[in-house]
Amino acid sequence: MATGNIPPVEREDYLNKHYGVGSWLFTTDHKRIALLYLISITFFFFIGGFFALLIRLELLTPASDLVQADTYNKFFTQHGMVMVFFFLIPSIPATLGNFLVPMMIGAKDLAFPKINLLSWYLYIIGGIMMLHCMVTGGVDTGWTFYTPFSTAFTNTKIVEAGLAIFIAGFSSILTGLNFVVTIHRMRAPGMTWTRLPLFIWAHYATSIIQILGTPVVAITIVLVAAERALHLGIFDPKLGGDPLLFQHLFWFYSHPAVYIMILPSMGVVSEIISCFSRKRIFGYSFVALSSISIAVFGFLVWAHHMFVAGMSVYAALIFSLLSYSVAVPSAVKVFNWTATLYKGSIHYDAPMLYAFGFLGLFTIGGLTGLFLAALGIDVHVTDTYFVVAHFHYIMVGGALMGYLGGMHFWWPKISGRLYPEGWARLAALIVFIGFNLTFFPQFILGYLGMPRRYADYSHMPEFQILNVFSTAGATVLGVGYLLPMVYFLWSMRYGKPASDNPWNAAGLEWQTQSPPTTFNFPEEPVVTWEAYNYDEIDKGQKEVPQVVG
Amino acid sequence: MFDNFPLWPDRASSMAGKVDALYIFLIIVSGMMTLLIFTAVVYFAARYRYRKGVPAEQIEGSTPLELTWTVIPMGVFMVIFIWSAVVYFKMRTPPRDATEVYVVAKQWMWKLEHAEGQREINELHVPVDRDVKLIMTSQDVIHSFYVPAFRMKQDVLPGRYTVAWFRATKPGTYHLFCAEYCGTQHSGMIGSIVVMEPAQFEAWMSGGSGGPLSATGEKIFAELGCATCHRADTQGRGPNLQGVFGKPVQLEDGRMITADENYVRESILDPGSKIVKGFKPVMPTFQGLVSEEQVNALVAYVKSVSQSGAATGKSAAATEPEGVSGKAQGSKVQ
Amino acid sequence: MAAHTESHNPALLHHFATEEQQRNSASFGMWIFLATEVMFFGGLFCAYLIYRRWYFGDFAAASTSINAKLGGANTAVLICSSLTVVLAIWAAQTSRRALLIGMLILTMLFGLTFLGIKGIEYADKFHEHHVPGASFSFDHEEIPGNPGHYANPNHAQIFFALYFIMTGLHALHMVIGLGIFTWLLWAAWKGRFTPEYHTPLEIGGLYWHFVDIVWIYLFPLLYLIDRHT
Repeated sequence: MATGNIPPVEREDYLNKHYGVGSWLFTTDHKRIALLYLISITFFFFIGGFFALLIRLELLTPASDLVQADTYNKFFTQHGMVMVFFFLIPSIPATLGNFLVPMMIGAKDLAFPKINLLSWYLYIIGGIMMLHCMVTGGVDTGWTFYTPFSTAFTNTKIVEAGLAIFIAGFSSILTGLNFVVTIHRMRAPGMTWTRLPLFIWAHYATSIIQILGTPVVAITIVLVAAERALHLGIFDPKLGGDPLLFQHLFWFYSHPAVYIMILPSMGVVSEIISCFSRKRIFGYSFVALSSISIAVFGFLVWAHHMFVAGMSVYAALIFSLLSYSVAVPSAVKVFNWTATLYKGSIHYDAPMLYAFGFLGLFTIGGLTGLFLAALGIDVHVTDTYFVVAHFHYIMVGGALMGYLGGMHFWWPKISGRLYPEGWARLAALIVFIGFNLTFFPQFILGYLGMPRRYADYSHMPEFQILNVFSTAGATVLGVGYLLPMVYFLWSMRYGKPASDNPWNAAGLEWQTQSPPTTFNFPEEPVVTWEAYNYDEIDKGQKEVPQVVG
Repeated sequence: MFDNFPLWPDRASSMAGKVDALYIFLIIVSGMMTLLIFTAVVYFAARYRYRKGVPAEQIEGSTPLELTWTVIPMGVFMVIFIWSAVVYFKMRTPPRDATEVYVVAKQWMWKLEHAEGQREINELHVPVDRDVKLIMTSQDVIHSFYVPAFRMKQDVLPGRYTVAWFRATKPGTYHLFCAEYCGTQHSGMIGSIVVMEPAQFEAWMSGGSGGPLSATGEKIFAELGCATCHRADTQGRGPNLQGVFGKPVQLEDGRMITADENYVRESILDPGSKIVKGFKPVMPTFQGLVSEEQVNALVAYVKSVSQSGAATGKSAAATEPEGVSGKAQGSKVQ
Repeated sequence: MAAHTESHNPALLHHFATEEQQRNSASFGMWIFLATEVMFFGGLFCAYLIYRRWYFGDFAAASTSINAKLGGANTAVLICSSLTVVLAIWAAQTSRRALLIGMLILTMLFGLTFLGIKGIEYADKFHEHHVPGASFSFDHEEIPGNPGHYANPNHAQIFFALYFIMTGLHALHMVIGLGIFTWLLWAAWKGRFTPEYHTPLEIGGLYWHFVDIVWIYLFPLLYLIDRHT
């Protein structure tokens, strides 16, 4: 469906406007900053993925024979910390969000371009600190660094890792702050709230969570560092402190954090499904409202991570009830996306394949969340591989699929090139198969009783066969991830040049050049049409809505 | 199921069947929902695939449909919530008259002591069809006592007791895991629950012990001089402990609390935090002077003088208080 | 590439359409940043309130030992400094350059006074061995209103840990505020602020007021526990 047949005229765009390392490192162009982020988070994705590979290799056999338990404990800790704080949380907002938010609303840039650049530098500083920490000893507390283990019983580099995460957290806060102000204040004339793409609504909701939630984990890290350094007693029962207080403070951020990770991906899926079905998203306002509801309700459910932690029964009841209410808006979205397909005109390009994958895998991941919210079941499956499977279905089957789908969808806009469609469809299929093979067996393992964070299961050899399936799947999944890395890079040099709107998609970002110029629009657009006006686009009434200057 | 390819854990406790029933219900509900979505997506993707000249039909939405598919899931969720809450409530409410076992977790082993005195490491022998209540604490970091076959899990915290219970329904040996990451040998902190027929269990029990835990507690009570203040009459500087356990206690600040295991433990390790009405804050703290096992024994002893009523706090040698009165000795950092 | 068809205030940044949009955005951005600060301090307040409820007597004893007179003086100093900030902004709005610069300097002097008094307090605590850590001691301190009942030193140490972290974090924000005002002073000296454009003053002022408000909550919570007994 992509039309790439334009003569390769060398037009000025944001990529070729200035050359030189300095023009990149001191840029304030949101698009260049998005690419800086893209390179950095891809790097950290591979670091986190490398740890995942080591984990799965160790778990091939019951005995802890690949590495010692201490080393394995560092593997899963660092896999978690790198993936959560240095990949998933920034991923879509810092790359696709940074690139597209101004363009989708008709603006020249974000509200605070220099702060945008600062947020990238903070991310890099945090990332370098994390790398240094890992190569000079690492951490072994689990990414959740529960007390008193992390404050008084481990000699690994907690303070350094904590500081790295603290700094990366500031990066996240600044991105969120920038988006909220931009979306409020910099919409082009005529771009009312109800004409905004759902990608924008999703990023708005995400930004609220980043702004309000991240500071709480920041102060928690400060308290843990202070306790370690000064032997305070805030979390140490021997000195009158309460280890559960740590858990409440930690999860108050870390639960909303998972919505930071999934909401942007949901925004991407809305854009892709409407474009490749050639119709408006069914129930636009319900989908938009669901994003906001998820952000709000997401702050009310944190203690569902603590049902067996020693909380009172009544607290557990309340948090279980609230957890069911946060599941409803997600379900509503899945129904609306499915209904969008009805009487559509559906194309099977790679972005759409990723969106289909998202629908299926997010559904399974979300449904298994219901199991965990059910108190009676959670007692049995919490802290087992059931939870690991659940959150990987959402994070990898959901968020990462959405991210990959979005990268493919907007790649022509970002790079001015088309990726090879055949390879892309193959990669999507490999990812889907590899993913399910890796993580579905883990649901079974969890109910069987295999606990998380176990280096060794030699007393339970009956767990081995499912672990072997899981590792086999991980290998396939790894191949599926490598392919896009290779062909995206290849396409930057050898890919077909893309037209300005190869998908004939709705949305102001497609009215710009591919790749866009530094200031996006030659004149400020004036919006007179509704979002997702595919009927007008396809009828050729307005072939592509013209920018009114 | 298959020996080396099990797909379901053993069902060996009174709660296991209840949990499994709820789980199967959820699998059915999820399965139906997954099938529905998958079928819809696949069908629509095929039926409405792009055909030249056939445009998409713009459908804004449908508020009745939105309400339907909001309300129905909410209804189903509420059913799940209520059902699972009932199961959970049962799990968190130990039956009266359950046999008590004290558990002390430490990096990286489980130490268990039956009320009758038998001590075990990493193993727990119990008779089938008897309610067993675990009173657990940790010496160091947070651990979690997990028996998949019983569908039972409870985090074990330092500084306080947490409680769990089960009734084993099938003889056999079942895995015991630590389910809260606790350091290097977290995956080595495993053991077994050995469920025996009553007769075999009696035989095992008579294999010797150090005497009931409460008797150990009575000895410690005497050795540490507790009896000098906690006398069996109203003359003592401290409250009479006969019949205290399990009953409401009025504190000097007006609060009413129940004297449970955590209260007794706190009274030993941090006596200044709750003063009984009518008494002065003169009890010294024993933090650092007693081990977790000794605290467990003292708790068992205090329980025993509330049950029988005949046991008194008198010790063999009534020592004179030596500077014990007057001030609470603040203990320094461990 | 947008052609400069009309001249505009050099302070108007390229990606904004109007000065009003730029000013509103800056202000909105600062309010959001302050919201993050509320959540940041909020975690500490939460921990503090929980422990204060659990260990009220011990916290009261610890609170008695910090100097409420100095704390009160600091409260007055900060409130005055917020007044001078407001006057500075008014001065910019009405083109009173001398007053603007004077008020900025006065604000910074108040800020330095605050830090100085804080330094005295911290030194006192250091000498009394009330700084948490290896040399902490809090033996034989009576709980106010409860003669013969002595505070648990471990619980008191929690009070002091939170005291130092909360006031320390606040002081750090104060130092950052002084840095911001140094820049504002320099810019004012250079004549950058006019009645039409003084946005940095406004958002710097917002930040300063926030730091003031945090102290107004900290002071009674930390210094005034059970003082009537």
